[in-house]
Amino acid sequence: MKNNIINGPKKKGENDLMTATTSIWKRLKKDKWLYILALPGILYFIIFRYIPMFGIVVAFQDFNPFLGFWKSPWVGFEHFKTLFTDPDFPMLFRNTLLISFYNILFYFPVPIILALLINEVRNQVYKRIVQTCVYVPHFVSMVVIASITYVLLSSETGVINNILYSLTGKKIEFLTDPRWFRPLIIIQSIWKEAGWGTIIFLAALSNVDPTLYEAAIVDGATRWQQTWHITIPSIMSTVIILFILRLGHLLDTGFEQIFLMKNPINRSVAEVFDTYVYQVGVTQGAYSYSTAVGLFKSVVGLILIQVSNYLSKKFTETSLF
Amino acid sequence: MRQNKTVASTIFDVFNHIFLGIWAIITVLPFLYVLAASFAPDSEIKTRTFFIIPHNPTLLTYKFIFASNYFLRSMLNSVIITVGGTLVNLFFTFTMAYALSKKHFIGRSIVLNGVIFTMLFGGGMIPTYLLVKSLGLLNSYWALWLPGAISPFNFFVVKNFFQEMPQDLEDAARIDGCTEAQVLWKIILPLSKPIIATFALFYGVGHWNSWFGALLYINDAEKWPVQLILRQIVMLSTTLASDLTQFDPNFQPPQESLKMAIIVVATLPIMLLYPWLQKYFIKGMFIGSLKE
Repeated sequence: MKNNIINGPKKKGENDLMTATTSIWKRLKKDKWLYILALPGILYFIIFRYIPMFGIVVAFQDFNPFLGFWKSPWVGFEHFKTLFTDPDFPMLFRNTLLISFYNILFYFPVPIILALLINEVRNQVYKRIVQTCVYVPHFVSMVVIASITYVLLSSETGVINNILYSLTGKKIEFLTDPRWFRPLIIIQSIWKEAGWGTIIFLAALSNVDPTLYEAAIVDGATRWQQTWHITIPSIMSTVIILFILRLGHLLDTGFEQIFLMKNPINRSVAEVFDTYVYQVGVTQGAYSYSTAVGLFKSVVGLILIQVSNYLSKKFTETSLF
Repeated sequence: MRQNKTVASTIFDVFNHIFLGIWAIITVLPFLYVLAASFAPDSEIKTRTFFIIPHNPTLLTYKFIFASNYFLRSMLNSVIITVGGTLVNLFFTFTMAYALSKKHFIGRSIVLNGVIFTMLFGGGMIPTYLLVKSLGLLNSYWALWLPGAISPFNFFVVKNFFQEMPQDLEDAARIDGCTEAQVLWKIILPLSKPIIATFALFYGVGHWNSWFGALLYINDAEKWPVQLILRQIVMLSTTLASDLTQFDPNFQPPQESLKMAIIVVATLPIMLLYPWLQKYFIKGMFIGSLKE
């Protein structure tokens, strides 16, 4: 059987679970330390990961915190009907998909291109310096990234608007103008993560067999031909699997980033499912309705992950599970 | 090595070096500007365009924020959240990963599949919020520590690490009369130091940078971490006004450079750790991703 990321190398000895109960008891006793060690972790998964899954029943109730899960009245699919007929629903769907789509279109290729360019640098010191610089934003919190965006782009004091003003005499409302929201989100993503995203491609590139290049040089291949016929094909499987996995997360737009960059003026382009759940659930206390919204998103997400994993298995023979 | 010295190749190299250099500079430039502006008076930030070296450097802003009880408390809160949270993460992740690395663990595949499922599907924000609320954890740091105690992905990386440890070492120790606890303490843990350090950094940076959990679960502003204070001041334009009495009552804190200085301080610990971070993270990334 093929190894995969989750189970790690080789599994064996799992088929002798069928021994008599007495011997199970003996084994439990003999290895009691193992089970004591596993206990906190297993309890964690049950309490903080599985109980919230059952908490989803709230989506089918009119949950009232004073009555609790057991006594709140059941309403069936009422909240889902409300969601699908909600005038905000098309907006949420469009915003979520568009941000995701623009991310795939404009962000996704950047780390690949950047990695190919970094890979062509022969001077190790220069290479190291470039890498050290482009990794930095990855380690900084989203609040810091958003804060820097604010102080750079604010229309009164922001340095970019100051420069624009001195050049053109005009300012641009980057932070509130809905037309700027999506470009801003994409540029922010590129700034924060593109450098870090090169690591996986650089790792793939470092595994390319150098004799391939030597053979190509003997055959008189130019550098561009070497890149086109050796380098790019060798990272293609990594590119494809990352792309397919990205498709599995089509409804995940990155909650924190959107939440921080959203404001009442750009809401028409900024509100996505994740921020909407927070908005109606936590700030307005509509627990049942927002759980239904979250569940809709999770179910679509689960289907997308299964489909893309299937596609990945079929076309690249690599899969996550 | 692949190197043909044609003219085209040389031209490409020159442009490639310049392009990457510009990219690297543009990436870090915003940070440098914020750092410079945090030492500049408001008047300079408002009138000058872009600068890296302030004309009239001043420490006034830093004096103000470090005299602010509210701000210092948020720094302390962040430290408590980070240290406590990282310890909780390490304890839960490593104990469970060690136990599940043993193939004779009864019910092992059920547990592992149970963990995998949580990577694909979750209850979502509201059911988790209701759970934390009903456990009475609201307004307590446990609400920030417990719900994310184990990252399933990290768990699998650590489990695979333990699984690949040579079994002979443990067996030898047992034959020499070590108890199970001694094996763990004297053989396994010392060998695991590098991976513990890696994941301490992983989890620690996550805690230092997190703010949404605190927004969700911590109502008491006195318990907020510095990241949340940063959001308040930059994005919602609140001030540290309550602390003004410390200074001259007529003192107006420099609004713009205050924002800059808080960005700097909220980032500083990460920047101080960065040289180690980079080494460990890349190693961690390789442990995690390149096992096929």
